Amino acid sequence: MQSFPVGASIARRRSRSSRRSAALRQARAFAAALALLAASVHAAAAQTSLLNVSYDPTRELYADINPLFAADWKKTSGQDVTIQMSNGGSGAQARAVIAGLDASVVTLAVAVDIDAIAEQTGKIPADWQKRLPDNSSPYTSTIVLLVRKGNPKHIHDWDDLVRPGVQVVTPNPKTSGGARWNFLAAWAYARQKFNGDGNKIETFMTAMYKNVAVLDSGARGATTTFARRGIGDVLIAWENEAFLALHELGADDFEIVTPSISILAEPTVTWVDGNVDREGKAKAAQAYLEFLYTPSAQRVIAKNFYRPVEPQFAAAADLARFPKLHLVTIDKDFGGWAAAQKKYFAEGGLVDRIVAAAHR
Amino acid sequence: MGMREAGKAATAPESVTTESRLARAVLIALAVLFLAIFLILPVLVVFSEALAKGFSFYLTTFKDADAQAAIRLTLIVAAIAVPLNTLFGIAASWAIAKFEFPGKSLLTTLIDLPFSISPVISGMIYVLLFGAQGYFGPWLTAHGVQIIFALPGIVLATVFVTFPFVARELIPLMQEQGSADEEAALTLGASGFQAFLTITLPNIAWGLLYGVLLCNARAMGEFGAVSVVSGHISGLTNTIPLQVELLYNDYNFAAAFAMASLLTLLALVTLAAKTLLEMRYGDSLATSSRL
Repeated sequence: MQSFPVGASIARRRSRSSRRSAALRQARAFAAALALLAASVHAAAAQTSLLNVSYDPTRELYADINPLFAADWKKTSGQDVTIQMSNGGSGAQARAVIAGLDASVVTLAVAVDIDAIAEQTGKIPADWQKRLPDNSSPYTSTIVLLVRKGNPKHIHDWDDLVRPGVQVVTPNPKTSGGARWNFLAAWAYARQKFNGDGNKIETFMTAMYKNVAVLDSGARGATTTFARRGIGDVLIAWENEAFLALHELGADDFEIVTPSISILAEPTVTWVDGNVDREGKAKAAQAYLEFLYTPSAQRVIAKNFYRPVEPQFAAAADLARFPKLHLVTIDKDFGGWAAAQKKYFAEGGLVDRIVAAAHR
Repeated sequence: MGMREAGKAATAPESVTTESRLARAVLIALAVLFLAIFLILPVLVVFSEALAKGFSFYLTTFKDADAQAAIRLTLIVAAIAVPLNTLFGIAASWAIAKFEFPGKSLLTTLIDLPFSISPVISGMIYVLLFGAQGYFGPWLTAHGVQIIFALPGIVLATVFVTFPFVARELIPLMQEQGSADEEAALTLGASGFQAFLTITLPNIAWGLLYGVLLCNARAMGEFGAVSVVSGHISGLTNTIPLQVELLYNDYNFAAAFAMASLLTLLALVTLAAKTLLEMRYGDSLATSSRL
């Protein structure tokens, strides 16, 4: 041992230096990790995510639109954006946003559902519907009747739905936005037929709801009930939903019947200021909704069976699929959503009365 | 002697029942038919629908990013909820079976509460508590804490729903076993913790495993309560059961059933494990099956 002092000291020094270099390596690795973290934080600033809380039948539409917008936003702002979707019955979705679902934008079936969010949370200004063109509806639709191939029950118009023995499928107007449009479309027909005689209209509506076989909570649930589970003779449906059912489940099994009168259904969109301001996403959220009015989005809208508000941008073949029919509107014929909600759909309103009478 | 008794036992059912052979055959046929229609057929349908578009389509279902996110979320939720309820279950049944204290019967009743409440209500409770308009909502919002429509809410709802499973298995088992063994250990100088580790735990091991299996199956399969607090964000807050609903509503039937087959497999594995446990450790499980 005594004879190798030099070697021992070298060994000791080496071990010390290797220990020092190990510490140095660790420090370097730590610094690198920090830099990586900083870089990832920086990268996070260059990317954002939006949550689109929507109603049931828009899944396929936004699945097409979202990547288009992401590419467009990358080009104009340099920012990567991912769009997350949440779909459900329009009324239920509005309640989720009220309870704190962190929506960046809401794209719901009826304006009154967005009104409810505005009223109860204050996260959206009361005049939100004026912030985007066309009453904030970048696409519209209408209500049609979907029947089984060959129309075995000879259903041609609304008054065929009150015939005994005809089974109707429509969602619940209390939870589904589409079902509220369904209700108003049938009401518009009855009002014209009975010259506005309130009692006769109510009897007509009661007879129709008496024929309802299944009252699902959302439009998509009603479509699968009718199309997939084979229940009912006629489905009262969004036009886009009826076309989609033909497209997805086979044109050999169903056909669309256009009633003599229907309603212009205007799903509306807006961004949720209270959520996006806090997260610094306001610009992206607004741009996302404005993008819906651009030619490329309008084209996709028509392709997905929605009626575009700027039809000049859509493919002629897509537009040719939409039949021309007499459409009433919520504003002109029902005094706007606030009034219609109160009269028909609120607690103790006409819907409650009619559905209760139908089950008696 | 033993042989003769066994022989008597085997003939006993014949002598105590007065039904004719026909009546018995009809009853058995009814039971089998009932089982086939309500249990076996649906399970078969799940797998046949899942494989309707072929095995390769079945596999691609699980390559989808949203599907993987749903599976991941389900595993994370179970990984949090099951250990929590295992700990709670052991603690509660230990306290109830081995000690006398005021409010004991109240505690026993409370543990059963999640069984008697509809899962939808269980979800609503948390929305009412932690939702933006709920009791703690304003404080949570002010501090930037998201509970509902995020992982914490899903975990809370799952913990609530699966709360009784472990405790419900262990309480009768521990009560049956009494505390004589532990008392002996204590008089021999073991600490309370030692007595628990070396006496109580081995005694309840199989009952515990059984409870954990059931708890896990329910944690992964819960729909109602989770649906209320999830927010249904694809790829983020959808668990496997919610993803099944989503895919079904997307007209993606084969994929929906493929995801459903995962849960069905889980159920079958749980059932097989349960049967194995009962076969091998029937004695120590016997008390729990008397529930």
